[in-house]
Amino acid sequence: MSRISKDQVKHVAHLARLAVTDEEAELLTEQLDKIIGFAEELNELDTDNVEPTTHVLELKNILREDEVRNSVSVDEAMKNAPAQKDGQFKVPNILE
Amino acid sequence: MSILDKKISELHQLLHTKELSVTDIVDATFDRIHQVDDKVRAFLTLNEEYSRIKAKQLDEKLVSGADRGLLFGMPIGIKDNIVTKGIRTTCASRILESFEPIYDATVVERLTNADTITIGKLNMDEFAMGSSNENSGFHPTHNPWDLSCVPGGSSGASAAAVSAGEVLFSLGSDTGGSIRQPAAFCGVVGLKPTYGLVSRYGLVAFASSLDQIGPITTSVEDNAYLLQAIAGNDPMDSTSAKVDIPDYLASLTGEVKGLKIGVPKEYLGEGVQPDVKERVMEALKVLEGLGATWEEVSLPHSRYALATYYLLSSSEASANLSRFDGVRYGLRSDNSHNLIDMYKQSRSEGFGEEVKRRIMLGTFALSSGYYDAYYKKAQKVRTLIKEDFTKIFEKYDVIIGPTTPSASFKCGAMTKDPLTMYMNDILTIPVNLAGVPAISVPCGFSEGLPIGLQIIGKHFDESTIYKVAHAFEQATEHHKAKPKL
Repeated sequence: MSRISKDQVKHVAHLARLAVTDEEAELLTEQLDKIIGFAEELNELDTDNVEPTTHVLELKNILREDEVRNSVSVDEAMKNAPAQKDGQFKVPNILE
Repeated sequence: MSILDKKISELHQLLHTKELSVTDIVDATFDRIHQVDDKVRAFLTLNEEYSRIKAKQLDEKLVSGADRGLLFGMPIGIKDNIVTKGIRTTCASRILESFEPIYDATVVERLTNADTITIGKLNMDEFAMGSSNENSGFHPTHNPWDLSCVPGGSSGASAAAVSAGEVLFSLGSDTGGSIRQPAAFCGVVGLKPTYGLVSRYGLVAFASSLDQIGPITTSVEDNAYLLQAIAGNDPMDSTSAKVDIPDYLASLTGEVKGLKIGVPKEYLGEGVQPDVKERVMEALKVLEGLGATWEEVSLPHSRYALATYYLLSSSEASANLSRFDGVRYGLRSDNSHNLIDMYKQSRSEGFGEEVKRRIMLGTFALSSGYYDAYYKKAQKVRTLIKEDFTKIFEKYDVIIGPTTPSASFKCGAMTKDPLTMYMNDILTIPVNLAGVPAISVPCGFSEGLPIGLQIIGKHFDESTIYKVAHAFEQATEHHKAKPKL
């Protein structure tokens, strides 16, 4: 039985904000199924009493003094914008 | 012998005695690039005009006797996922094809302060995802030792450019082996520093808990020079460690007497080519001859490292790459009619196949109902892998094994099957999961293609790694061989 269905792949693609064609979804279903199957070998290990490692070094919260610092100018922030108007990023309609 | 075959210390001596100018070094660099890069195809962007102006400025500094930086006048190539102010930075992705950063990464700033010259930006697997440099959104890079073979990935071009003598040294980034594997395939020296030693500020993130920037050079000495210039705490990176930086060059004594080496049986097991095993055993004999001792040890969870890595790195990648939405920078699709559609179309047109596959895997592993079974499980296995290393380092100074299971492979040989391609990183990945440092140094050849020896150290103990690597390099001739181009 496959571990992931084509419908699930399409749903995941939507969550990931990727447009996939039917053919791409088919191919991805096959490839992801194989990779997830491989990843399931981790189930051989008993990890009930193991703490997860999110970070390899012991880090505490990093705080800095609350001082005013320079930030980028509007011109710099807009430098790579694909579309802009009056110093703001321009996007297609959100409400139709 | 070309100018670029010399070490930093030798070039500095020639600059000091005025036998050479910085302009001479930069001229030689571009002459070589124009001579061979149409074959190797390492560079995505060249910074020629600025480099020549900068060389003149440094030559003036040389005459005036002003203070000189640690890497004065040395040309460098930078992997294209490290941002450079005013120089196009693409991550080898169509989605960032015309992106021009407005700031320098901390490593670039530190190199500039050390008086280096940024020659250009080097090709890579798109967003550092790949093991062969064939996943670039622009063009593949070729291995200087055999142009029909891959240079390794994802810092393949960073290693190829150094190996081909196009640039004196380069910066790469290593998430699962992306500095060490191409260094091994191209016969150069590549270091993945301890996680947190080098600032990641300005490195376009792939998997934030694993990525680390590191130097690729032709000698261990040059590697130590470069790390000296870039290592150290950075307030701009919240994952940067607050540790004292030792004098790395002082560790290059050639002395390894009494040093204890652990050799994991898993690193010389099934799947590792006989030629590779033989070269590693020869290397251990060399170190034994210098007074070190070695014993077989075990990293019992290393066989789970690959699955752990792909779950964790893809999950982090899916989060990191969500910033590419076509709103503030990068490619925006013309084929959309509303906002959600614009996100989807822009990302689908801009990202390549491998990147999309990993975003999909990561989004799946992090999605509701699967998080505990995949993502959290992998975090727990990472703990076991890290503990394996801690146990060995209680008794041994370094761990040694091969960098890769085989020498380089033919272009196109593995692109059809992602899983087989992923297997190629099996010996380097555990190191990233544990966050420890490791270096790859040349240790011989298999049918004319270079093989790398991997030396792994304790957290923040780059000095011992350099000590062993330098002693081995000085006792052998492997690093002296150059590809014929």
